[in-house]
Amino acid sequence: MGIEMKQLNCINCPLGCLLMVELTDGKVTKVTGNTCPRGESYAYQEMTDPQRMLTSTIHIEGGALPLLPVVSQKTLPKDRILDCAAALRGITVTAPVKAGDVVVTNILGLGIDILASRDMDKRQ
Amino acid sequence: MDEQWYDIIIVGGGPAGLSAAYSAWMQGAKKILVLERDREVGGILQQCIHNGFGLHHFKEELTGPGYAQRCYDLVKDKKEIEILVDTMVLNINNDKIVTAVSPKYGLIKIQGKTVILTMGCRERTRGAIRIPGYRPAGVFTAGAAQRMVNMEGYLPGKKIVILGSGDIGLIMARRMSLEGCKVQAVLEICPFSNGLTRNMVQCVYDYDIPLYLSHTITAIHGKDRVTGITAAKVDEHMKPISGTEFEIDCDTLLLSVGLIPENELSRELGLTMHPLTNGPIVDQHRETSIEGVFAAGNVVHVHDLVDFVSEEAEIAGKYAALKAMGKMEGNVTDVRVEAIDEVRTCVPQHIRIGKGETIRLFMRVRKPMKRVRLTVKSGVNMLFSKVLPIAKPSEMIAADIPAAKVNGHYTDWTVSVKEEEA
Repeated sequence: MGIEMKQLNCINCPLGCLLMVELTDGKVTKVTGNTCPRGESYAYQEMTDPQRMLTSTIHIEGGALPLLPVVSQKTLPKDRILDCAAALRGITVTAPVKAGDVVVTNILGLGIDILASRDMDKRQ
Repeated sequence: MDEQWYDIIIVGGGPAGLSAAYSAWMQGAKKILVLERDREVGGILQQCIHNGFGLHHFKEELTGPGYAQRCYDLVKDKKEIEILVDTMVLNINNDKIVTAVSPKYGLIKIQGKTVILTMGCRERTRGAIRIPGYRPAGVFTAGAAQRMVNMEGYLPGKKIVILGSGDIGLIMARRMSLEGCKVQAVLEICPFSNGLTRNMVQCVYDYDIPLYLSHTITAIHGKDRVTGITAAKVDEHMKPISGTEFEIDCDTLLLSVGLIPENELSRELGLTMHPLTNGPIVDQHRETSIEGVFAAGNVVHVHDLVDFVSEEAEIAGKYAALKAMGKMEGNVTDVRVEAIDEVRTCVPQHIRIGKGETIRLFMRVRKPMKRVRLTVKSGVNMLFSKVLPIAKPSEMIAADIPAAKVNGHYTDWTVSVKEEEA
């Protein structure tokens, strides 16, 4: 297979560094173009097991607003993001909720919790 | 709300207003009032449920509501800071008397020793880009759709076309996909994307959404409800090229075609405005052309990062507090800062040099470029020079001019970006 070069845009921060990834027999052997260490680990991750954060909303009963924004505690496998988003569509919690509260434990058995992004008081 | 006067009245309770309030409080201001027209503070962040906020300001990756929560947590329960929601400011006059209306207090008039304008910005609409055709249901700005989906709990449609590749448009492309809608295309009239690279990757490429650069919409179809659009390629003058038209089927069109600082109050007050930023002209303390009136955040110039909005608002809050307490440094020389060459805008537009302090300039360039040199000069004196690998209109550039370089340079400054010769 030999050496192959791939271009990637780092998505860790708004800088969006253009990474040059050197692959030898399909394995990452060198990363350049990154301005911080997170770029390098992103390139390794993206080439082997791409991961993404998930943000969405769930229904909240008795809340000041009808929806509660939620976020995955850590990144999830990229190819499971749509399944996780679909699973969240059926979830309802009850107000009040505090930012950081776990609203779904171990989503789809992936070992990651889903957390409330903000406080949500009861409807006045 | 028993008082008629305050040290500082802040118009708008988004990230800029909350950050300004906290900064003014930190500076020792005793009577701070924040006026917010929505049902809660946090501004547009409350509907920006995605993550990626706060890396600079809070050194942590947060969602929009998470960032708003942090800003709010810093100001709530402080007896010196009063927040009124559901309150719409109608007018601000030269004596810094603010007229506002709320369901709770009716019409109120209050006076501030200083006022900070943090009204943010709003979206350009279909009217601003003049797409011909009927006016069927199903045409929304991306932000309006974002509020529907993320806060009100309903979908604007099922089959979506997005015009404009600004960040909100890109974020909505992903959001609609996550909600099970089909995003048919993102069309961008420029030959380059206008959003952050990370959003192109995560929101468009990840979902295999077709992106058409140098394309626009020439017709919207459907009489009662959108049934589709006609797209066409554009030439270098952004005019549609005849014969390149094609149809895309959709029931919803989202527009992400730019943001306009919301400055009706500023104009009525008579502030000097900048024709390119569409915001008030400010000095490095974010004081406007009227003494004691400050402005910060998207109302001054549209930012791409809320972190910089907070930073700018903290500057405004600090100096508004010092002014209100009579502690502002006098005896300063006013120096103009002019954007030249490929720099489209630079904030602040003028600086007042006194004892000297580090000054951060925020710039936007006219076009995407590789390997450019950014220089700041006072007359012929070079104050700052740096090579940047990439410069894009969508990404604001910040440059710090150290205090030692600021002092004594009273000849007007010029800020330039030029492509480096190979």
